[in-house]
Amino acid sequence: MSRARAVTGALAFAALAAATSPALAEGDPARGETLFRPCRACHMVGEGAVHRVGPHLNGLVGRAIGAVAGYDFSDDLVEAGVDGLVWDEATLDRFLAGPREYFPGTAMVFRGIRSAEDRAHLVAYLREAGGPADGVAAAADTAAVDPEIAAILQIAGDVAYGEYLSNECTACHRAEGGEDIPTIRGLAPSVFVAGLVAYRNGSREHQVMNMVTRRLGDEEIAALAAYFQSAE
Amino acid sequence: MTISRRTFMGTTAALTAALAAPMIARAQTTARVVVVGGGSGGATAARYIARDGAGAIDVTLIEPQRIYHTCYFGNLYLGGFFDYDDLGHGYTGLATTYGINVVHDWAVGVDRDAQTVALASGASVPYDRLVLSPGIDFVDGSVPGWSVSAQGAMPHAYKGGTQVELLRSQIAAMPEGGTYAMIAPPNPYRCPPGPYERVSMVAHYLRENNPTAKILIVDPKDSFSKQALFEDGWNRHYAGMITRIGPDMGGATFEVDPAAMTVTIDGVVENVDVCNVIPGQRAGQIAFAAGITDGNWAPVSAYDMTSRVDPLITVLGDAAQQGAMPKSGFSANSQAKVAANAIVAALTNGRQFPARYANTCWSLIDTDDGVKVGATYEASDEGIVSVDSFVSQVGETAEVRAATYRESLDWYQAITTDMFV
Repeated sequence: MSRARAVTGALAFAALAAATSPALAEGDPARGETLFRPCRACHMVGEGAVHRVGPHLNGLVGRAIGAVAGYDFSDDLVEAGVDGLVWDEATLDRFLAGPREYFPGTAMVFRGIRSAEDRAHLVAYLREAGGPADGVAAAADTAAVDPEIAAILQIAGDVAYGEYLSNECTACHRAEGGEDIPTIRGLAPSVFVAGLVAYRNGSREHQVMNMVTRRLGDEEIAALAAYFQSAE
Repeated sequence: MTISRRTFMGTTAALTAALAAPMIARAQTTARVVVVGGGSGGATAARYIARDGAGAIDVTLIEPQRIYHTCYFGNLYLGGFFDYDDLGHGYTGLATTYGINVVHDWAVGVDRDAQTVALASGASVPYDRLVLSPGIDFVDGSVPGWSVSAQGAMPHAYKGGTQVELLRSQIAAMPEGGTYAMIAPPNPYRCPPGPYERVSMVAHYLRENNPTAKILIVDPKDSFSKQALFEDGWNRHYAGMITRIGPDMGGATFEVDPAAMTVTIDGVVENVDVCNVIPGQRAGQIAFAAGITDGNWAPVSAYDMTSRVDPLITVLGDAAQQGAMPKSGFSANSQAKVAANAIVAALTNGRQFPARYANTCWSLIDTDDGVKVGATYEASDEGIVSVDSFVSQVGETAEVRAATYRESLDWYQAITTDMFV
């Protein structure tokens, strides 16, 4: 209910923003597609896109920030959406320049893109590949959760075992996070499990993480998720 | 007489009981773990045992140095990528946050029957469980002409600390077009890619500061860790600067003369300006003093890192002969956590989980050109065995290599946090 109102407000804000913000560089969607390649580790866009580690990006341009059903957004993004902020050229440009500078609480592990031109290319691609905001979100909601992830989320994780297993993580992941290696404490199980499953099945690529997750069974992922959710 | 003797005996028994009671009570509620060596294995073990023992275990850490300088990233200091002070870590956090009794002294002996560790100061420290993580010492005579007394003229710079500073100052003082020689160690030794990362970092420094200088590696091994990656990198970044003489070219038949600053390879005398001698290695001395070694190392069970000679002693890191894991700080940290879980479980009747180990070693070849190798491991009756592995590939993009380097910087912060904070 409140979300519907927020979206309405957001659209009004978007119209206002479009009328007042200075024109941003025209992007080239083809170049944006190339730039999007590393993003695919976590995000899907286009036909059949569902939430992975990150939310699907269909209908992104024009939709309220942090407001697609079926994805557990960080509080910062949900609040921005409730406050009426919308993903448009201006907000996407600012977010892509430095995600954590814009939304310090975002779970998105990405340093940002320095080149304003490249950001414009990427936004142009997202607009083209993701289509308009209207109607797409509703279609994707039902297909949001991967069954492999859903099955693990059903397991009651053994926190003590998870704590032991987490010893392997803490050799590289600091509680406060690093420049490149993110913090994994306090992550919602849906995000944590989706991330490890993506590494385990190789859809997300990282040599160390692929190797570490290949020997994790579902019970172990559930144990880790339960522990890291509880860890402050 | 009879009465008085009975009274006397009764008193004695009561006195004995009174004296013994506090010790027994203490032993029952507070077990004593003594950790020798405050590096990647020992500091991690002390921290995890104290943390997970939750007051039920007294942990004493014996480490002679007040500031521990990591060996890893010492090469980056040589290359100018890392500050010397950032290699140093103190023990205050272990003492204050975890209540660990940190004793700055040398452990010189172990009485396994009495379960005590003798310190150089003359003190004796009792233990219920002993963890030895002493790192390496050098095998006498492994480099003909060199001994530890020559480490000022020809530094090993392979235990961290002042030796690494000395090597850096010697490299900086090299004459224009001079020669840096490295005597590479035979297997097995600490940090398999270490000598070759060092060559890369010295080459980086020389290219910037002394571009006509040469690097000569005298290597008794046929091959070495990440060889294809290093050789590809050396060709791309330091063409013509580095020569490696392997055993096929006489690299196994050499001697050094620290007074004359020469290296003789297969009878040919070379004058050098810096000679970095990395000798053959063995477990730290305390492992020999404890009588738990076989050959140069201390054999352990792969299931919990306990000595195969004495189950009350755990051996971690470089000193342990455990099977397939490389001798590295990452390995020692990984082993320490498995051992800590086993020790805490045994002393507090807690849960012990199956051993699982991992290792990753990052190396920097030149600016933003990082590579890595890693593996996961599990326990078997024969020793630790590898489950899975990966290694960086020749021809990776500059972006991948830069990301690998950035990742190594984060790893350094993370592992030192995992040991000391």
